[in-house]
Amino acid sequence: MPKQSTTTQNTNSLEKTNKTEQGLYAKFHLQHPQSRFALNVDLILPDSGVTAIFGESGSGKTTMLRCIAGLERAQQGHFVMKGETWQSDTVFLPTHKRPLGYVFQEPSLFPHLTAKGNLEYAIKRSGIPLPAGLYDQIIDLMGIESVLANNSQQLSGGEKQRVAIARALLIQPTLLLMDEPLASLDNARKQEILPYLEKLKSTLKTPILYVSHSVEEVMRLADHVVLMQDGKVATQGAIEEVFAQLKSPLLMNNDTSVLWQGQIIEQDARWHLSKVNCAGSKLWIRNNGDDIGQTIRVRILATDVSLTLSPHDDSSILNKLPVTVLDIVPDQDPAMALVRLQTEKNTLIARLTYRSVDHLALAEGKTLWAQIKSVALVR
Amino acid sequence: MLSASDLEAIWLTIRVATTVTIILLLIGTPIAWWLARTHSRLKGPISAIVALPLVLPPTVLGFYLLIAMGPNGFIGQLTQELGLGTLPFTFWGLIVASVFYSLPFVVQPIQNAIEAIGERPLEVAATLRANSWDRFFTIVLPLAKPGFITAAILGFTHTVGEFGVVLMIGGNIPGQTRVISVQIYDHVEALEYDQAHKLAAIMIIFSFLVLLSLYSFQRKNTLWGAK
Repeated sequence: MPKQSTTTQNTNSLEKTNKTEQGLYAKFHLQHPQSRFALNVDLILPDSGVTAIFGESGSGKTTMLRCIAGLERAQQGHFVMKGETWQSDTVFLPTHKRPLGYVFQEPSLFPHLTAKGNLEYAIKRSGIPLPAGLYDQIIDLMGIESVLANNSQQLSGGEKQRVAIARALLIQPTLLLMDEPLASLDNARKQEILPYLEKLKSTLKTPILYVSHSVEEVMRLADHVVLMQDGKVATQGAIEEVFAQLKSPLLMNNDTSVLWQGQIIEQDARWHLSKVNCAGSKLWIRNNGDDIGQTIRVRILATDVSLTLSPHDDSSILNKLPVTVLDIVPDQDPAMALVRLQTEKNTLIARLTYRSVDHLALAEGKTLWAQIKSVALVR
Repeated sequence: MLSASDLEAIWLTIRVATTVTIILLLIGTPIAWWLARTHSRLKGPISAIVALPLVLPPTVLGFYLLIAMGPNGFIGQLTQELGLGTLPFTFWGLIVASVFYSLPFVVQPIQNAIEAIGERPLEVAATLRANSWDRFFTIVLPLAKPGFITAAILGFTHTVGEFGVVLMIGGNIPGQTRVISVQIYDHVEALEYDQAHKLAAIMIIFSFLVLLSLYSFQRKNTLWGAK
């Protein structure tokens, strides 16, 4: 299996020409007869890691996932997964013949079976012998050992969804589809399940398509993001790229920010700090108990970034980075500007007043220092 | 106590009702499945035809079946072609008529139960590699079980309780078509009120017990699939 990393530099290599060999090629045209909604997508996606399909409700993300699963039949559709055609003009594999796992929005356990019975339903039909240890690994990963004997109706919403995820994994899918698996749960349950999803992502190699309208979930889980609007793909790319776009629709109702990924390289026991290396840019963050070498994600809000012409040592700001101005665009507020900055290899966005922009004589290509007031650990 | 002919009528009634129930479950299930899931324009007309016996006088149904199964009717010609003779005034004629007569009592509870399951469990099963038959036997049957039990009980009791259709199509042949309801009618005609009382009381007690068990069963099954 070709390993496809989903960092910035590799997504561009996913050209349409190699669609039959690797990656995931999805093209659907679907028109609902009773409504004006139409889905029109033509995508090449990475075949590893988590790809978030993000958008407002009604943007067609669930419909696209259902088309991929064969639960809905697009008038025109083409879907190839690592060289295997699931759908084309001449082929339409019924859902039960597609090697996929599907986690539905609401926990959809079979009510007449126990939790364990639900898992066995999948194991029996997987068609692939269960490798030794995989069952225990998945039970352990989802933390459902203690509820296995229970009737599925006795489980809490969070437990049900964890069993449903385990059930989808036990089919041993080549592609795992998750349709807003946390949307039907309250916030406490979401926070309960998110760590399991993060573990799942780092433990199993199965590529995941994850439909969501939650920025938090996308930031924590996704490697690659597809933004859907009105049944079309608005933009797609590696998560850092999509966040670094100044007018990213991903952040429509959120504060402008960037997402960086890096490894912890140093611990400072005295001040309880950890140093993170994000592609060359080193940041100090509060020590959250992560070990050296651990990969983490941090989010930097544009409002937490200020600019100075020289590195000040007489301020309380811990993180200072040399940056180059990429461009300056107006914010919704007429007094404010968004300044996109280049660090070593990352993009940073600062939200400043136009007065400051003028005062510092900011222009494309100007080099100066960014002071980062706070860095939030996403995971 | 009960006369030999009374016992014969009881035994015949049980045989007719059991046979009819089995046949109805076999043909009613696909009809109910189709009605529960189709978006076809034929859904309305087919539903109406299935429900007709609910509103028609049994004599109307019996009259047309008599003609259809008679020597010149299309069913009659078919059965004669097949060397089966004609069906009216035979055990199997009674079975065919009863199947039509009790059809809605079996189709509707199954249809309601399948509709209540909804699409989702079937979609889930499909994503777990279950093909259509697998989905039917492992998901639909267990989840719609209360509907199937209700259907079987209603089909059986309704067949036991029929009279008009039997008279039209079956007449009054001992051991062939003389079921309990006809036997009671005969007793009353012959002013044998004692005998009529016994059979009528048995019918009341039987029907009450069956309905009692049905309703207590349904009360326990308000939750789908609850054990």
